[in-house]
Amino acid sequence: MLQITNLHVNVEGEEILKGLNLSVSPGELHAIMGRNGSGKSTLANVIAGHDKYKIQSGEILYDGKDLSEMSPEDRSLSGIFMSFQYPVAIPGVNNTYFLKAALNAQRKHRGEEEMDAMDFLTFIKEQMKKVEMGESYLRRAVNEGFSGGEKKRNEILQLLALEPRLAVLDETDSGLDIDALKIVAHGVNNFRRDDRAIVVITHYQRILQHMEPDVIHVLLDGRIAKTGGKELAMELEEKGYSWLEEEAAAD
Amino acid sequence: MTPKLDTVKSLTEQEYKYGFVTDIEQETFPPGLNEDVVRALSAKKKEPEWLTEWRLKAYRHWLKMEEPTWPNVHYNPVDYQAISYYSAPKSQADGPQSLDEVDAELLETYNKLGIPLEEQKLLAGVAVDAVFDSVSVATTFKSELKKHGVIFSSFSEAVQNHPELIQKYLGTVVPSTDNFFAALNAAVFSDGSFVYIPKGVRCPMELSTYFRINASNTGQFERTLIVAEEGSHVSYLEGCTAPMRDENQLHAAVVELVALDDAEIKYSTVQNWYPGDKDGKGGIYNFVTKRGACRGKNSKISWTQVETGSAITWKYPSCILQGDNSMGQFYSVALTNNYQQADTGTKMIHLGKNTRSTIISKGVSAGFGQNSYRGMVKIMKGAENARNYSQCDSLLIGDKCGAHTFPYIDVRNPSAQMEHEASTSTIDEDQIFYCNQRGISTEDTISMIVNGFCKEVFRELPMEFAVEAQKLLEVSLEGSVG
Repeated sequence: MLQITNLHVNVEGEEILKGLNLSVSPGELHAIMGRNGSGKSTLANVIAGHDKYKIQSGEILYDGKDLSEMSPEDRSLSGIFMSFQYPVAIPGVNNTYFLKAALNAQRKHRGEEEMDAMDFLTFIKEQMKKVEMGESYLRRAVNEGFSGGEKKRNEILQLLALEPRLAVLDETDSGLDIDALKIVAHGVNNFRRDDRAIVVITHYQRILQHMEPDVIHVLLDGRIAKTGGKELAMELEEKGYSWLEEEAAAD
Repeated sequence: MTPKLDTVKSLTEQEYKYGFVTDIEQETFPPGLNEDVVRALSAKKKEPEWLTEWRLKAYRHWLKMEEPTWPNVHYNPVDYQAISYYSAPKSQADGPQSLDEVDAELLETYNKLGIPLEEQKLLAGVAVDAVFDSVSVATTFKSELKKHGVIFSSFSEAVQNHPELIQKYLGTVVPSTDNFFAALNAAVFSDGSFVYIPKGVRCPMELSTYFRINASNTGQFERTLIVAEEGSHVSYLEGCTAPMRDENQLHAAVVELVALDDAEIKYSTVQNWYPGDKDGKGGIYNFVTKRGACRGKNSKISWTQVETGSAITWKYPSCILQGDNSMGQFYSVALTNNYQQADTGTKMIHLGKNTRSTIISKGVSAGFGQNSYRGMVKIMKGAENARNYSQCDSLLIGDKCGAHTFPYIDVRNPSAQMEHEASTSTIDEDQIFYCNQRGISTEDTISMIVNGFCKEVFRELPMEFAVEAQKLLEVSLEGSVG
């Protein structure tokens, strides 16, 4: 589904990704771990198509198509979803309106009928239960005055509502207390299906305790330094990242 | 270069949708202005002598006045001698009695604008007094209004049929010598609307006038007078579009509102004069004086405006809160795109006790647009317990536009309570990217944000007008905002 080959990416003139390779198939859940500054968020943003992130060489294929040819909204409409590390507030625009606009953009693209206001409310309230959000949230402006936890739950709500095929979750666990973390992880598990792939980008392994990752990658200085199973996360938790740096240096 | 700029650039290149010219035989004065022109105009309209004198007095005063330079707008000087001061469709001479008699081409023009008169009166229950090139050519729903004693007619007709009312109220809110443009209007006003709501009557329908500039080089000098007698209520809608033109056109209207005891006037405007092309060429100069007097106790005047058109807008719908417990409101959305300039706001003059005023101003700037809010709240000595709440918000789209705020506050009574809030925000790349990532296009994103920003004002508009306003904003920003 997602095939990244020898990817080099610059942000404001500085090279952040330095030859990254990654292959994700439908049904899989990949975790990408690494320190601050290792290039985790860059990876998420370059997949979503933020234009601050410039591809210098290498390619990203999604269903065989070159993503660099596609605008951010086309990527979204073709099934790529990114959960933002810092979701922006959009004052004045209420959540219901925003979610409905997003959902109907997706439905229209899929050739489905747009949902009317009544059907949408019924639908979104169902989804909100899964991430334990109160209905008052629908009347508030998008992410405005939301706590960190509310913002992240809102991201997962959108994931559930929009039903993408590839979900990239950028530090969705950061800033969450243990209860919120469980809710978010539960939401992601709910979303998981054989025809969908998930890439979880995280700092810590604790969210992975609530999920079943198939593969864990460690990102180090713009490259995947190590790939392994769930046990790799535990090892990192115990030993930190420095042993990997030493290993990489020894190579 | 950020993507936002490219986006804004491509968006701002939307062309004016309503640009077309109707060819109707015009009877037009040659350009130029002097006392003879004023007399001829007055004679053409068969006005009583007192009105001719009133015009002449205004004209003589105007000669001594200087065009104001304090607004934060820039334009080439207007040559008042190059303007023709009278123009009327010839068919008006015969006086159409019903829509059937109205020039088919004119009706077609309305159709192009999406405002078919027939449909409107049937579907919306709105009586339309259509002002086309200075003379009203179609008035509907008159009989229904007549049943309630409501007078809703062109200004010229009212001068003929109700001279005593005109004489009693004309110029009592905006004196003929008030300011440069008001004086010019007083001297040469061509036509406009007159509304009179008798004591205790709640006007059974919303009254609506569509203004439209059509003749080339014809200055438009509309004059509207609305009088709401004791305990009456009226909602008046004013909307307009204009055809595409290269030369600048001057539009200097005057609107006077009088609300007596317990009366309420709600005046809503959707203004869409031709704004000029994307290089700032052409477009209407819209220099308007609008003022309402809350003369009676417990009276209320509410101005709601959505200003998306005109090359230059200079407009301050104001309220004089004379009656005790009277209330003034001003809700405004002003949008400037490309090279449009707007200097708009309000004045709230508190004279009576317990008077209250609310100001909600939303300025949206895109392209190279410059948007200024200019407002004055004045609490006079006798205005015990006066209260004002002002809120001025600006939204910037792109980094070539500007927003400016000039609030003036003058309080002469210590019991006054004043609140003022102001904010400036931008639509930033991250918001656009966030929405794009959810599959929402950039145009839809901007339109969604702008509509959200303006909703406190849209809420004040009558339903069908709110929809129109929203559409208009979308069109104005579609290439500029979405």
